[in-house]
Amino acid sequence: MSDEHGHHHPAEASPIERRVQALEDLLVERGYVRREDIDTFVQIYEHDIGPMNGARVVARAWVDADYKARLLADGTAAIGELGFGGPEGGFMVVLENTDEVHNAVVCTLCSCYPWPVLGLPPDWYKSAPYRSRMVRAPRGVLREMGCDVPDEVEVRVWDSSAEARYLVLPQRPAGTDDLSEDELAALVTRDAMIGVARL
Amino acid sequence: MIGTVRVPFEGPDAPPRSNGELVFEAPWQGRAFGLCLALLEHEGLGWEDFRLYLGAAIERQPEASYYLCFADALDAFSVARGLAD
Repeated sequence: MSDEHGHHHPAEASPIERRVQALEDLLVERGYVRREDIDTFVQIYEHDIGPMNGARVVARAWVDADYKARLLADGTAAIGELGFGGPEGGFMVVLENTDEVHNAVVCTLCSCYPWPVLGLPPDWYKSAPYRSRMVRAPRGVLREMGCDVPDEVEVRVWDSSAEARYLVLPQRPAGTDDLSEDELAALVTRDAMIGVARL
Repeated sequence: MIGTVRVPFEGPDAPPRSNGELVFEAPWQGRAFGLCLALLEHEGLGWEDFRLYLGAAIERQPEASYYLCFADALDAFSVARGLAD
C-alpha cells in the first residue's frame, strides 16, 4: 500500500508496485521529474477531471441556447438527447446558476445521485456531515470546500430524492468565447455540477 | 490545470475510462500514469512521443492489462531516452 507520497513498504509491495516505485525514485533522483509534479498529476486525474457525460451536457447548454432551454424544461429528455440516461438517470432536473443564484445539491435522506451523468458519488457527498450541514449552513460548508459565493448571490440548496435528481448547470467562465465545445467540456468539474465549486 | 500532454480518449493507447474519468484499479497504476505525464511535461514531449512505446508493449503482450503494458512502455521509453538504464 502506498501513502500520499508513494513510499511503499518493501515487504508488502507487489513486483509491479516495486518496479513503478523504483522507476519513479530513479527519475526523481536524476532530476527528470519532481515528486510533487507526479503527485499533482495523480491528484488531477484521480479526482479533478470530471465525469464527461455531465460535462458534455453543460458544454452543449453553453453553446446552444435552444438546447439549454430544453435542458431546463425537461432534464431527463435533454440529457437523453446526448445519449445519457439509464438507471438513476430519471427525474433529472437541471438547475441554472446565474449572477443572482448559486445552486447546490445534497441528498439528506440517503445519497441520491445522478450516476449516468456524474459517475460515482464522492465519499464526502455521502457523508453525514455534508448531508446534515448543507441544508442548515450551506455557505459555511461551501466556504470550507473552497467555494466562495459572493454575499449578494443567493445560495439555494436542493435535496435530491427518488422523484428529483438535481444537476447544477454552472455559469460559463469568462474569457471562453473562442473555445470549442470539447474544450469547454474539459473545464467542467464534478464539484461544479454538484454545486460545491464555481468555475 | 491539466498541463500540455493530451491524453487520448479512444484508440488502443487510450487509458481505460468510465464516463470520461480514468480508471485506476490500484494506486501503482495512477502512480505510473502520473509519472509518465510528469516526465513528458518535464521533457517538453507529448503523448505521441510515448505512444510508440505503448503500442509496442501492447503488441508484445496483447493479453496483458493496459497498465502492465504501460509500465513496460515507461521502462522502455526511459531507457531509450537515456533517462534510465
